Amino acid sequence: MNEKAEELNRVEKKDLFGSGHRACGGCGQALAARLVHDAAGENTIACVATGCLEVFSSPYPDPCWRIPFLHSLFENPAAVASGVEAAYKALKKGPVNIIAQAGDGSTADIGFQCISGMFERGHNVLYVCYDNEAYMNTGVQRSSFTPYGAWTSTTPMGNPTRKKNLPLIAADHGIPYVATATVDDFRDLQRKVKTALSIEGPKYIHILVPCPLGWGHPGELTVKICRLAKDTGLFPIFEIIDGKVTNVKKIPVKVPVEEYLKPQGRFRFLFKKGVPTEKVAEIQEIANQNIERFNL
Amino acid sequence: MLKQIEGSQAVADVVALCRPNVISAYPITPQTHIVEDLSVIVGQGKLDAEFVNVESEFSAASVVLGASAAGARAYTATSSQGLLLMAEVIYCIAGMRLPIVLTCANRAISAPLSIWNDQQDSMAVRDAGWIQLFAEDNQEAADLHIQAYKIAEQTFLPVMVCMDGFILTHAFEPVDIPEQKEVDDFLPPFKPRHIVDPRWPRGIGLYADPRFYMETRYILHRAMEKSEKTIKEVSADFAKTFGRDSGGFIKTYKLEDADVAIVSMGSVVGTIKDLIDQLEEEGKKVGLLQICSYRPFPRQEIYNVLKDKMNIVVLEKCISLGRGGILASDIRWSFPRAEKKDRNISSFIAGLGGRNITVDDLRHMVERIEKEPVELEFLGLKKELIADKDL
Ligand SMILES: Cc1ncc(C[n+]2csc(CCOP(=O)(O)OP(=O)(O)O)c2C)c(N)n1
Ligand SMILES: [Mg+2]
Repeated sequence: MNEKAEELNRVEKKDLFGSGHRACGGCGQALAARLVHDAAGENTIACVATGCLEVFSSPYPDPCWRIPFLHSLFENPAAVASGVEAAYKALKKGPVNIIAQAGDGSTADIGFQCISGMFERGHNVLYVCYDNEAYMNTGVQRSSFTPYGAWTSTTPMGNPTRKKNLPLIAADHGIPYVATATVDDFRDLQRKVKTALSIEGPKYIHILVPCPLGWGHPGELTVKICRLAKDTGLFPIFEIIDGKVTNVKKIPVKVPVEEYLKPQGRFRFLFKKGVPTEKVAEIQEIANQNIERFNL
Repeated sequence: MLKQIEGSQAVADVVALCRPNVISAYPITPQTHIVEDLSVIVGQGKLDAEFVNVESEFSAASVVLGASAAGARAYTATSSQGLLLMAEVIYCIAGMRLPIVLTCANRAISAPLSIWNDQQDSMAVRDAGWIQLFAEDNQEAADLHIQAYKIAEQTFLPVMVCMDGFILTHAFEPVDIPEQKEVDDFLPPFKPRHIVDPRWPRGIGLYADPRFYMETRYILHRAMEKSEKTIKEVSADFAKTFGRDSGGFIKTYKLEDADVAIVSMGSVVGTIKDLIDQLEEEGKKVGLLQICSYRPFPRQEIYNVLKDKMNIVVLEKCISLGRGGILASDIRWSFPRAEKKDRNISSFIAGLGGRNITVDDLRHMVERIEKEPVELEFLGLKKELIADKDL
């Protein structure tokens, strides 16, 4: 392996998103935040949205960040990061990694306009979405990333709509780099962060982060559930470089969606006495479509 | 140099002389010309700044927030719906003590949609922790921006310079635009306190639980109160350097021996002064108290100049619906309780949605309050347009 590839594939542990945060045990988002910032390194500014990440990492006077951290509101980290980037340019400072980051609710719903603006204007910012498929900080309400059929506190009969596909929408802005990742594969996630940060312009990384509390699974299953999300085809792993889908992660052995759904409380009511209802077949169909579309 | 220019151009020219590093704004009438003019100045390379063309006022405010937190001198401008869309960020900027300067080209608020002038927009965010300075004319509007940066960067409070939409922004008047060197001498480079920079890793914008939140608001309130000193000093310093009075806390016109005191702010004071001169010729003593700094509110100054006035009338281009005059409440509050009894403080709402305020309207107002105090009246209201059931 040459030096660059070696560096890209090295798993970094620097504790820049340090210990002492107050996330629940098994929180996928806390793990993702650590991996993202350790990959990015010290020369990084984190622009964070209101949400679980902000709340469990930055109470006054004990934030757990060892890199500069900027939080203002729920829906504006992309615009705030645009401003930080503009300031660095104007003051002729840098280079510096600027990472705007938010949950799925901030990203897909209320902050969507700010993100689109940041992509379209071409700021040199990496946007990371921690997708736990609901508004967790306010108690598990539905977002437009909530998957079909899932229970949330505002979809008590199961979410009637499908997940918005932001990676593809992001790519359609013409940005140079888009990737999806999960927290079970440290090397892959960190390689994507490093790759993104080596590219000039706006970048988008979408990370699936299981939430034991909101999804209703034991904390120790977080990593396993990520694997199942991938192996069922429900969460495809790929990169989009300059508009072309590449590096699609092939599923070694395809797993029926039931195995992903069953350990999670939010899907429990899709099974009547252990027997899958019609909705499970519909979810299987979504997985099949992904498998076909991305050639998983 | 004296130039015959549009108010917006004057503001853009002067803002450029303040050398902001980052400018971000979104078009809305009547603010638009200011940022158009600035984009030309930046585009022609006359100002070395980043001009960020955003997709909304919400993002404009967020961009300048981020830029300021990264150590840049930042500028934005807006009006009306734009300011309301920014509202969440406006509060945040103040809470984070970021010394941003914003021009509010004052305009009415929907619904019904109206692009014309009044001051309901800046009033809607009066409690946000921003210093609010109201300009009388275009010279003052221009001058206030130079002062605004100095005040903001000394106090770490954001400053909103309010100028009446159209009446000022679109009016061509002679305005003295200072030389770059004069502004550079007056306004030192921005020295930020806390910035996001990997060399000094620290967090900005942590959340505060009930053990800590209240103190942050107390400190912000005290900072607003204490900014009085800075506002006055900067205005005095400005007068010394540039040879003209602008800004400060309050201004008066023929108030000292007046029997009737009119209190107001913004461009309408020009019309009020005309009336005062006319009435003087007719043998009536009417004076003006002009509020320049609306926030912080110059309570003590107001008391000092009004304490002997028994007949006061407040004229304002805004209203707290269901409550009445906003400035009027502030003025009524400026006197100790025991003193209020025989003092008449009348309240007139005027000019909403760009309704003209004429000298005759104002004359009618003074005549009305000479007869009896007026709790609340809409000046120039067309009763014939209102159905009986709505009266
Ligand atoms: C303008 C505004 N609306 C609503 C909220 C309340 N709020 C705070 S965090 C949050 C949910 C966050 O969800 P998400 O972005 O998915 O992040 P998560 O907490 O799930 O990580 C909501 C609704 C807010 N802070 N601001
Ligand atoms: Mg979420």
